[in-house]
Amino acid sequence: MNETGKNIIRILGIESAAVTASVAIVTEEAVLAEYTVSNKLTHSQTLLPMIDAICRMADVKVADLSAIAVSGGPGSFTGLRIGSATAKGLGLAADKPLVHVPTVDAMAYQAYGYDGVICPMMDARRDQVYCGIYAFEEKEFRVLLPQAPRSVEEILEELARIAGGRRVLLMGEGVPVHREAILAALGERADLAPPHLALERGAAVAALGLAMYLRGETETAAEHAPEYLRPSQAERVRAEKAQTAGKAADTAVVSRDAVVREENAVKQEEKEQKTAPGKTEPAPKQDLNVEIDGHVGTRDPRWRRDGIV
Amino acid sequence: MKDEKELLVLGIETSCDETAAAVVRGGREILSSVIYSQIALHTLYGGVVPELASRKHIEKIDPVIREALAQAGTELADIDVIGVTMGPGLVGALLVGVAEAKAIAFAAEKPLVGVNHIEGHVCANFLQDPSLEPPFLCLIVSGGHTHLVRMTDYGKFEILGRARDDAAGEAFDKVARAIGLGYPGGPKIDAAAKSGNAHAYEFPRAHVDGSPYDFSFSGLKSAVLNDLNQARMQGREPVQADVAASFQRAVVDVLVEHTMRAAEDFVEEKIALAGGVASNSALRAAMQKACDASGRKLYVPAPVLCTDNAAMIACAAHYEYLQGRTSGWDLNAVPALKLGERAGGREDRDLKGAAEKANWVRRQ
Repeated sequence: MNETGKNIIRILGIESAAVTASVAIVTEEAVLAEYTVSNKLTHSQTLLPMIDAICRMADVKVADLSAIAVSGGPGSFTGLRIGSATAKGLGLAADKPLVHVPTVDAMAYQAYGYDGVICPMMDARRDQVYCGIYAFEEKEFRVLLPQAPRSVEEILEELARIAGGRRVLLMGEGVPVHREAILAALGERADLAPPHLALERGAAVAALGLAMYLRGETETAAEHAPEYLRPSQAERVRAEKAQTAGKAADTAVVSRDAVVREENAVKQEEKEQKTAPGKTEPAPKQDLNVEIDGHVGTRDPRWRRDGIV
Repeated sequence: MKDEKELLVLGIETSCDETAAAVVRGGREILSSVIYSQIALHTLYGGVVPELASRKHIEKIDPVIREALAQAGTELADIDVIGVTMGPGLVGALLVGVAEAKAIAFAAEKPLVGVNHIEGHVCANFLQDPSLEPPFLCLIVSGGHTHLVRMTDYGKFEILGRARDDAAGEAFDKVARAIGLGYPGGPKIDAAAKSGNAHAYEFPRAHVDGSPYDFSFSGLKSAVLNDLNQARMQGREPVQADVAASFQRAVVDVLVEHTMRAAEDFVEEKIALAGGVASNSALRAAMQKACDASGRKLYVPAPVLCTDNAAMIACAAHYEYLQGRTSGWDLNAVPALKLGERAGGREDRDLKGAAEKANWVRRQ
């Protein structure tokens, strides 16, 4: 980098919350490089090679960055952690600040200047979408309803209340899934995002991250952790049991490495299902949040036979 | 390259419920070894909850790495190689360490080495006794693994025997729970057995036909549970310490017997223990006795090196690196990685051609 290059603000954006893996380097003027793949690849294998590629193409080293912006959630628990650990490792090694960019906010930020309200819907499974409502008002990006997991009915009610007569831009993986309900509720006022605005983008994470960086909204690599917006299943089950039984839940007990084996067996099963030859129906959707809850041990029939659980 | 005795390796380990980082010099000298144990969290659930383990890893990994570097009196710039556990283990937990290690190696422009966790356990012996060199026979016993292997050279393993069903540590955990000792089973049975009669019960010792070095602990565990059930149906409550001691004796007998048979058959004069169950006092004592009787030398890591730690990962990475094995930026977690397996995620990071480059975007 030359002398003048030192003062340029460069933000690396990392997005791996859902199916899309996307990384970008942006300045205040432009996107220097962006690499986006929405092909259900393994983030753990693609993310760093993608960062490596854009750094080479844009001729930027990690040391040249001002900050690392990471899509901090919600999303796939595992996907979030891959992005988070990558950002934390870069920040730790190069002593750079991190910017925790809310994932749904970053999606909405792509539609800068849209004259109406913006409602991204990420697939959250369990009949919910991770969603929020946003608008550009007086040249300011405003969060009208913060991101959270909600049912589609709930977010459509919120839209009816918040949008008033304004048009609504809908984006995200949840839109095609709930298209009928959305169109029934919003009719002509619904704008469905075109492909380049439909999914998460590293450039949007970096651009919103840049705005946050300028406002001093940074954290250290050590401080950063994803915002899951959902407890783990084990915690949920435990809390429910504690509530109903009025005492601490007695969740299934499994030895630590038995859990490892169980989880691996589940993974293997999924893999086999996906690669099963001659299958015509679509392979079951991979569970990105693969979580072995507190009850997994009971799935092993051997243990039941032994009377352990 | 500087002298291999001066090589500094930063090791990172997140395969299960310990977040750990360590700095090792020359593959043998521990400059620091920091372990954040999550056991208190998982005890609430009676066992490791993978999602909670992964969440805790991401919170703790940066402070643990910083602490390891600080305790070693090193800066990241001084480190020559980054080693990280790539498997086996919980996939979500492994991914935290792998992603973090890759990013650190990338930003700091250091070579990266993905390491097999079980091979790391074997390497703990190099840290315990810097004079130890392969070849030697090693009994690896932990919650998830029971392996009898020959380490013929650095990074080279010949598997002689393995558990056909439950691993030794798993049997400990299940029996401990059945007699009301709780989790973690290994240390609790070890402690309870000290005041028990190891000959109060005669539990079966299983052998696998045609595989003299393989292990089977499922039948033993079932026998213990049956005896417990029978006693309880007859209105007797079995003496916890006696059951623990008798069960432990049965496990230890088989482990020692198979190990000594292999030592005879393969003419190995050096025997090493590795893995969490290598901390078991009865196993250590019985193995020592058998080695003394046959004039063999026994190597046993200190308990802190038997449990999951990152120093052993740094040590394993050290020898992988010396053998010219490094990992690419596409290094992935391999939850079911086998001992000695060297496939996947390893490529020259200096991508020479577009075709090579394309390899990592192809779904496996």
